[in-house]
Amino acid sequence: MTIPNIVGAGLIVIGAGLGIGRIGGQAMEAIARQPEASGKIQTAMLIAAALIEGIGFAALFAA
Amino acid sequence: MQNIFSLKTICLLFLLVSSISFAQDEPQKMHLEEIAPEVEGKQSVKEEIKEYINHHLLDSHDFGLYSYVNDAGEHKYVGFPLPVILWDNGLQVFSSSKLHHGESVAEVNGNYYKLYHGKIYKTDAEGTIHYDEHHHATNVKPFDLSITKNVFTIFLVGLLIFFMFRRMAKSYQKGAIPKGMGRLLEPIVLYIRDDIAIPNIGKKHYKRYMSFLLTVFFFIWIINLLGLTPLGVNVTNNIAVTLALALLTYLITTFTANKNYWGHIFWMPGVPWPMKIILAPIELLGTFIKPFSLLIRLYANITAGHIVLMSIIGLMFIFKNWLGSSLSFGLAFVLALLELLVAALQAYIFTMLSALYFGSAVEEHHHGDEHH
Repeated sequence: MTIPNIVGAGLIVIGAGLGIGRIGGQAMEAIARQPEASGKIQTAMLIAAALIEGIGFAALFAA
Repeated sequence: MQNIFSLKTICLLFLLVSSISFAQDEPQKMHLEEIAPEVEGKQSVKEEIKEYINHHLLDSHDFGLYSYVNDAGEHKYVGFPLPVILWDNGLQVFSSSKLHHGESVAEVNGNYYKLYHGKIYKTDAEGTIHYDEHHHATNVKPFDLSITKNVFTIFLVGLLIFFMFRRMAKSYQKGAIPKGMGRLLEPIVLYIRDDIAIPNIGKKHYKRYMSFLLTVFFFIWIINLLGLTPLGVNVTNNIAVTLALALLTYLITTFTANKNYWGHIFWMPGVPWPMKIILAPIELLGTFIKPFSLLIRLYANITAGHIVLMSIIGLMFIFKNWLGSSLSFGLAFVLALLELLVAALQAYIFTMLSALYFGSAVEEHHHGDEHH
């Protein structure tokens, strides 16, 4: 591991963390607005989080 | 009755094996502290933990539960050997106990083989390994078809799933209300059908894909859970396994896709024609990226989980005081609970996204598209 690799990995984690955090936060807000749709929102949230995670991991492998 | 008996035997066997490895954990820990006397310092423990984690992440030719160094300085391995199958001018089959964990040379039908860093190389009678300038072995590597630890675990899980669902199917023959194993599995099967398959694929086509979705869900889930037992198996850490799973999803998507799916890839309806030419290669690439992200996600999640969990357990041997050890124990406990969630979540995500891709492959033509 060289320093650019470590910095890159850190940047990736920051980006993915911000993205997943935003998805989670928005999903919470949506559930609070419409508690009856919480099942659907959760599913959509998990899929979106998984997609970001996948890209994050792919980038981590490249770094 | 026969089935009940066999299932109980399997369960008992599992419990027995895991309890044995639990019970044997104690001497291993003591050994770790023994070989780390104060003179050698912390470096050697760290090195050993690192080596142990790396070793855990690799596939091996025997089913080792643990190993230790005895008083006489010999390496002792506890576990059982698995068959080695090599294609080297004809089929060579022998037990992996002949390889002696790379400590000596195995002689089979006049050929000599040596285990070096988890790979089998062909050597001379003394077991000499030749290196190039980068310290890579340059010996001939015979084509390896061995039943390794991962392959063995996959067989085991396949058998386990077969018995579980056999029991479930049997329990429906007696009446509509499931009993035993059926009662346990029915809600999960219904969940996959009603909340994963039907909303994503549609009522018309979902039945064709149910068998694959159910198989892949239970396979990934059970194999992830087995990875958390002290058996030390780690199948979904192997990128080849996740590659095979993702490849199946890709092949099923490709071969069951209808005209509408290919139309959306090569000639996207509803956009101006210069855009269509730009979009076609992007969409084509997208069909490969989708299963690729599936394979990377499963592999990376489980690998990362195992590395972090083992590192935190390893911290206990580095701290060697009350505060640090209890802290890392608590952390490892919480993390293990999280890994239980991740094991199910990754199986769910894989199944869910597979269903999503199948759904896009069989989606019917929308008549509103031309008016956009």
